[in-house]
Amino acid sequence: MSGMPGGLGNGPAAGQDLVLRAEHISVEYAGQRPTRAVRDVTIELRRGEVLGIAGESGCGKSTLAYALTRMLRPPAELTSGSITFFPSAGAPLDVMALDGEDLRQFRWNKISMVFQSAMNALNPVSSLSRQFDDIFEAHRPDMDRPARHARARELLDMVGIDPRRINGFPHELSGGMRQRVMIAMALALQPEIVIMDEPTTALDVVVQREILDEIERLREELGFSVVFITHDLSLLLEVSDRLAVMYAGEVVERAPSEAVGTAPAHPYTLGLLRSFPDMRSARRELRGVPGNPPDLRDSFAGCPFEPRCDYQFEPCGTSHPELRPPASRLATDDPALAGGWRVACHLHDPQHRPAGPPDELAGAPGAGQDQAGRDAPAADSAVTAHNPVTAGGEQ
Amino acid sequence: MSVLDVHDLTVEFSQRGGGQLRAVDGLSFALREGQTLALVGESGSGKSTVVRALAQLVKRTSGEILLDGFPAGRRGQALRGYRHRVQLVFQDPFASLNPMHTVRHHLIRPLQLRLGHPRGEDLEQAVRELLRSVNLTPPDEMARKHPHELSGGQRQRVAIARALATDPDVLLADEPVSMLDVSIRLEILNLLDRLKQDRNLAMLYVTHDLATARHFSSEIMVMYRGEIVEHGPSDEVILRPSHPYTQILAGSAPDPTISREDLAAARRTRQASRASRPAERREAAADTGCRFRSRCPFAMDICATHPPDLAVAPDHLARCWLLSSDIQPAGAGAGGAQPGQ
Repeated sequence: MSGMPGGLGNGPAAGQDLVLRAEHISVEYAGQRPTRAVRDVTIELRRGEVLGIAGESGCGKSTLAYALTRMLRPPAELTSGSITFFPSAGAPLDVMALDGEDLRQFRWNKISMVFQSAMNALNPVSSLSRQFDDIFEAHRPDMDRPARHARARELLDMVGIDPRRINGFPHELSGGMRQRVMIAMALALQPEIVIMDEPTTALDVVVQREILDEIERLREELGFSVVFITHDLSLLLEVSDRLAVMYAGEVVERAPSEAVGTAPAHPYTLGLLRSFPDMRSARRELRGVPGNPPDLRDSFAGCPFEPRCDYQFEPCGTSHPELRPPASRLATDDPALAGGWRVACHLHDPQHRPAGPPDELAGAPGAGQDQAGRDAPAADSAVTAHNPVTAGGEQ
Repeated sequence: MSVLDVHDLTVEFSQRGGGQLRAVDGLSFALREGQTLALVGESGSGKSTVVRALAQLVKRTSGEILLDGFPAGRRGQALRGYRHRVQLVFQDPFASLNPMHTVRHHLIRPLQLRLGHPRGEDLEQAVRELLRSVNLTPPDEMARKHPHELSGGQRQRVAIARALATDPDVLLADEPVSMLDVSIRLEILNLLDRLKQDRNLAMLYVTHDLATARHFSSEIMVMYRGEIVEHGPSDEVILRPSHPYTQILAGSAPDPTISREDLAAARRTRQASRASRPAERREAAADTGCRFRSRCPFAMDICATHPPDLAVAPDHLARCWLLSSDIQPAGAGAGGAQPGQ
């Protein structure tokens, strides 16, 4: 594979051809009242891009990742949807139809996964060499022992770990090193897609930065596509080309990453962006998104975000918003902005709201940021920041 | 005015094989009324050990803790009196509350200690007041709940209410929001900030997040491998970091306002500087001299000698030879050798 974009998020350079399409995915966890963790989600992964999926815990993002790799186990069940994989060579593959040996061959060879907790994902009582061997024995039975060993050392070297560590054990490595080993394992069979579920969440910022740089370098070298899942939207804006924001099992906004950071269309995206204080700008009143996510065992007549939304109006409680192009961006000529940008919010529906959404959701640059103080000098540092408490709390 | 003064706090742990691990090495600082001091550092830097030593949950090897100018009680009644006034909020509200007990149960025991075992309506009234002060309403309903019926944010509010039950003067908050969802974090931090102002608390905010450290505290201390490497007013430390470690920390935090081109350029610079030193070596700690020197892009010969605290500004100190006027930075690329850029 070639034709990789030069860096994280060089969007236009990323090829438009798809490598994975998942349509109308719904996942339920069985129970007296089933938990509908993923609700009619459609995502498309383009070849060579990083697709970000953002959302809070319990929004269904990890369940979606497991659905894409067909790793759901009861009580989770994929109740509807289709997944198509488009290999770089050969005919499209219906992932849902795969079974037994075919499914096993599909996993890791074509699509692999990096889990959040490297501490738990690595086997503490096996050496790294043994764990690499497991991969090759299962998926490359033709390789002999010296070849497996050589490849494992090569993989460690590739992610910046001394190959002499090959006979070491996971507990001898720091958290960042273990995550590097996880990445090396995910890349062992040169998959076309790597799904990364919170790959850096447990790490310190400095180590997180190193791992992200490493992922990007490997992506340039090897040319795989990434689904990057995290709760950290500010991080995702940096590393992804396009992103999807999930709330209550649904995708509420799908947008080009670079633009959405300053011009979100959905009130929840705006709330998430405002949940991260900007390290360098002037101090300002900070508030997150008051309230709690809904119970996913319920079904929602209207918008699931309505109880927490600052902008709720008449249709929100009764009518479920569908994904649609955001109102104000229709006029733009920029295909990167107009094409593919979708938001599930009645504010963008001319039927309900002929005047269009309020300015901060209408694509006015800087909406997610501190509008007043971006270039203003830092606030007086003599006193501590005064931050009025958001009324109400979570109830 | 300072409530809690810490002088030369050192904590060592015995290691298997007989060695001593110095987790906290000679820390001195003061917590002041109505002010928040942030303690920032990576995991393993000793942040939590500092908190535990201040709460006297681990024994300090040496050093002094003064509460209102008097040495902190170390045992018996004196220690209990100290703990009434110095309270803790832990990182994980899922682990710090007892799943078998109601919210009310968690609050009445410290209340009884403070109020001399009241009963009946007085006690219930005190519970209600506490719950209202942390925005857990309606208080009567919340008091009856068990931890599993509460969200993470609500649990942390209970933990904060419990810490406030003894009416402390000092609150030690050890990563109070890192286990919570992003959308909830600011509410909890705002709550702590308001309580600090209303009750004139002296607060220590331990975190690895530089952005909230800056927004919620007046001063920041940066800790690396048991030492404070930089200490100063929040804006100074974040906007004009002087120690190379602080610079790397500040530079690693995601910043959505940076353009894609600048991001790519910064990444290439980082990769180039790392290429010369494998990941293995960067993580090794130096035993003598500056502990950061194995990772430091500006490391020089003199760094084998332990650096002193040098003043960047009158109230802004950093423990780095680069700030010494007799030392010429060497070894780093052109234009990048000056700290504070």
